[in-house]
This record gives sequence, structure tokens and C-alpha cells, in this order.
Amino acid sequence: MEILVCVKRVPDTAENEIEVNSNGTDIERDDLVYSVNEWDNYAVEEAIQIVDKVGGSVTVVSVGDEESEEVVRREMAMGANHGILLSDDAFEGSDGKGIATLIKAVVDKGNYDLIFTGTQADDGAGQIGGMLAAMLDVPYASIVNYIEVLDDKKLKVGREIEGGNQEMNEIELPCVLSIQTGINEPRYVGIRGIRKVASAEIPVWGASDLGIASESVGEAGANVKLVDYFVPELGEGAEILEGSHEEIADKLIELLKAKGGIK
Amino acid sequence: MAGQVFAYIKYKEGVADDTALELVSAAHKIFPDAPVTAIVTGSGAHLDAVCNEMTASYNEVWKFDNEALAYPNAEAIRILLLNSLPQDAVLLVPHDTFGMDLSPGLAVKLDSAFISDAVDFEGRQGDTLKVVRQEYSGQVSTHVTSDISAGAVINVRPGVFQPDESKSAQGQVVDKSADAGDLAVGRQFLEIVEAEVGDVDITKEDILVSVGRGIEDQDNIEIAEELAKAVGGVVSCSRPIVDAKWLEKSRQVGTSGQTVKPKVYLALGISGSFQHLGGLKGNPFIVAVNKNPKAPIFQVADVGVVDDLLDFVPVLTEKIQEG
Repeated sequence: MEILVCVKRVPDTAENEIEVNSNGTDIERDDLVYSVNEWDNYAVEEAIQIVDKVGGSVTVVSVGDEESEEVVRREMAMGANHGILLSDDAFEGSDGKGIATLIKAVVDKGNYDLIFTGTQADDGAGQIGGMLAAMLDVPYASIVNYIEVLDDKKLKVGREIEGGNQEMNEIELPCVLSIQTGINEPRYVGIRGIRKVASAEIPVWGASDLGIASESVGEAGANVKLVDYFVPELGEGAEILEGSHEEIADKLIELLKAKGGIK
Repeated sequence: MAGQVFAYIKYKEGVADDTALELVSAAHKIFPDAPVTAIVTGSGAHLDAVCNEMTASYNEVWKFDNEALAYPNAEAIRILLLNSLPQDAVLLVPHDTFGMDLSPGLAVKLDSAFISDAVDFEGRQGDTLKVVRQEYSGQVSTHVTSDISAGAVINVRPGVFQPDESKSAQGQVVDKSADAGDLAVGRQFLEIVEAEVGDVDITKEDILVSVGRGIEDQDNIEIAEELAKAVGGVVSCSRPIVDAKWLEKSRQVGTSGQTVKPKVYLALGISGSFQHLGGLKGNPFIVAVNKNPKAPIFQVADVGVVDDLLDFVPVLTEKIQEG
């Protein structure tokens, strides 16, 4: 099984408070801690586990600048066999369709049975996988939380749907799946693992390598354009309790008693 | 000029989803007073019931009756829509596990714009639509624009548009089944595996002490358990806690977990993503404890404490125990 996994470098929301910059053009990016998008990390782990079972190889691809190369390398330290970085000034400002167009070009250059994306990213729209499948004309399943390889032509996949239920499907290969968190337990990547892939070569492909017309991607090709970031005017919002821990606790206990929050 | 406006109707057991009427309001926010056509797919009596229900709110109801659609397989419905929608259609779809499955690929196939998870619309200038979205679990919002002259597929977040009771329509049901085309696809629905029932049924509890990522470590769950014991409630959680396997799936509150309706909800270290809040019904009294003052949970909570739960909650528990 040849598996391609799309990964993205994103600000880590567990480590950062996200704030809008002074003129609203972006979030405040100084001092942000970045990491691989959480969903993508589960996708890479799932790909590695499948290849461990049935053979094949895992290739990780990311669109971004040289800093995204670190993310690709980290996923190679987890056990992905190959990495590709898609980087070109012409790619900047791409919308979802632009990114999917780039990934499609990578798929066309390879021979993949299975393509994974994360279900979504914290700064994204959960759209790349579905768009890519449509461009490739292959089946798609989103929010996948279970995969079983039935044979070299089909998989059994579970989709997470509302209410904690799971929708089981049989899907033909090749196909695109978007992977949900919780599908597995991603392995820990230590310093030693990173060191092992420190000199692994990660090719960087631009528009001409992919055979893509610059104007079809990037800002020029984008239909959906970001105007600004803002923090919405809050409605009433919460009454914030202030004081020492003890004072706050006393106030809160009073409120809880009044609302039936202490039996 | 963008084309005809449609809304995809979701339903269960012959009863339309809440989003069915929300999408009318969303459509009218983009195109005031434009006629909106409902699209209902499925098979048999349930389909007919929903189509009839929708005539009260939509100007026209397109019915697609096909045994292959007995279960809403997005792969097949994408083909159906591709075969039957005008190319420049503007289609609204609920942004849920079905909409996420269907819409991005449909927009590509129709060569239309795709807008994901819209929470508001701020008008049109010609064919340029201005949309409000959220990023980083709702910590910040964005305006995006999109040229919808060639059509658009717009996924609308459930629960943000209110049904407009004052508007009604006397719509007609139009049987479009013949336009569906060949619905053979490479993904077959097998079955639904129901969520496992846990040791505690959080949907029946009046007091929930709910923990999120801010609990930081599995060993700290005990802090929440002690508070729950002190107030006479039980512990529930948000999704990252289940992903980390620190608590059972049956304890998860949210659209992908349980829908709960407690009287009092203590959200400890929970940021308050819309998927989490989507599982919280019945207007409970919400107390939020979070060290991030920008956490979206503070927008919906009644009372907030901006602090690390690991510092504050033990003090609270001890005070309650002292009685």
C-alpha cells in the first residue's frame, strides 16, 4: 500500500492564546509555538500502522516554506519513509482549491493507493480531502475513525457521525480519507528519532516541478479571499469573578447553591 | 448574478432536522426575499413526510426518491446534485458530518465557490459575498469574500441562524427523481455502530463537572472527580480527553459525543468549541474556569473564573467539603 499523507504546520492552540494583530490583517504570530496539525499527526500514525501490517510506504507532503520542512521531518521521524515539500512564492495566498490542486499534481506524479488528510486544521476549513478526491475522481470518506484493509482493492472504514455513533462503509481503492483524532495513539517522537532523519533528503517542488500554471494557484487563483481577522463583539458574556481563590470560591458556592449546583 | 438558491434538508425518521428551517433564514440573509428551493432525498414514507413538512417553509421542494438513497450516502448524493442542479446554483448545506462529507467535492465538480462553516453573512456587493467564519476553535473570527457568480456551495454552521416563524410559504413538491441519474459509487454504506453505553449516563445528570484539555494530565482527572463528588454531580469531558483515552467515550459532551441537558454545567479547562457546545442543551447555568481569558467558553458561560483550574478547583472543592 502506497500512502500519501498531507500535513500542515499550524500554531499549536494548546500552547498559545490566539490574538488578532493591531491592524487585523493576521493573528499575532510573534512568539507563537507551531507544530504539526493534530489531525494530520493521527493520519501519519494510521498510515504507518497500515504499512506495518500490509507493506508499502508512507510519503508525507506539506505546502509551505522551509519551516514546514521541520514538520515533514518530524513526521519522517515518526516513521514516514519519504517527505516532499511544496514551496513556491506562487503558492502563497492559495485557497482550499489551490492547495488541493497542488496535492493533485503530487498524486499525478506518484502511484498512490491511499491518500490521507486530517479531518480539519485549527486555521482551516476541512476541505482539502473532499476537493482532492473530486479532482482525482476517486471515492472519499471524511471524519474517519476506523480503517481495516480488506484486500488490495477495498477498505472497511468507520466515519464518526453525530451522537458518538459510527457509520461503517466499504470503500474502493484508490481513495481519499480524512482522518479524525482518536483513531489511534500517535507515537512519541524523541530527539533520537529526529536525529535519525536529520540528513534525510526532502525534495522541494515548485510550480514548474508540478507542471502547474502559477495563476491557477496562490492569491491569483483564489476565489475565497481573507479580508481580515477580528474578535466579535461579545454579547453579555460571563460575569468574571475576581478576588483571591478563597473569595472567588465563596462567591461561586453561593451562586451554585442558588442554581441547584450543589446537592 | 448568482443562480437559483437551494437548501439541502437533513432528516431522521421522517422528521426534519432543526437546520432545515435555519437554512431558510441563512438563505434570506444572503438573498433577501429570494425564493428558496428545498432538496430532500431518500425513499418511501419518511421522504414524503419531510417533503410535505417543508412546503410550509420553502417555495419549492425537490423530491428525489430512490432506494439507493435510503441511507444518505454523500458520495451518491453528490452525483445526484451534480446531475440535477443548475451549474450556477447557490446551495446551502448544514456544516455537520454529512455536509463535511458532501460539499467540498461537490463545489469542485460544479466548479463553484466553496465556503465552509459559515457563521454569518454580511451582505453582497454584486456577486461578491462577505462571510464570517471562525478560526482556532472560535478564538478569532475572519471575514472572507467569495465570488459566487459561477455558483457556490455554502456549509452553514448548525444553530447560528434562527428560524423565522413570521415567514411561511405554500410550496409545491416537485418529483425530480428521474433527474438523479446513475448513483453507483465506490463507497457502500454498511451499518451504523451505536455508541457504547458507559457506566454513567451523563445525559440524565443535573450537575456535570466537565473537563477539557486544561486538565493537562490523566492523574489530574481526580481533581474533577473530587469536585463532582462534593457537589453531587458526575464527571464529563470534551473531545481531547477521550482522544487521549483518559475517559470513556460515553462521558464526552458534544456533537460527536452525548447531548446533555444538565441544570448546572461546570466547564473546567474547556475552550468551548462549537462542536462541544453543540452537545449542551436546555440552557444550563454554566460556570467556566479557564486560564485563557479569550476562550470562547466565556462568551456563553454565566459565570467565569480566569485561572488555572489546577490551582483554583482544589480550593473550591475543599470549601464545599467544609460545607
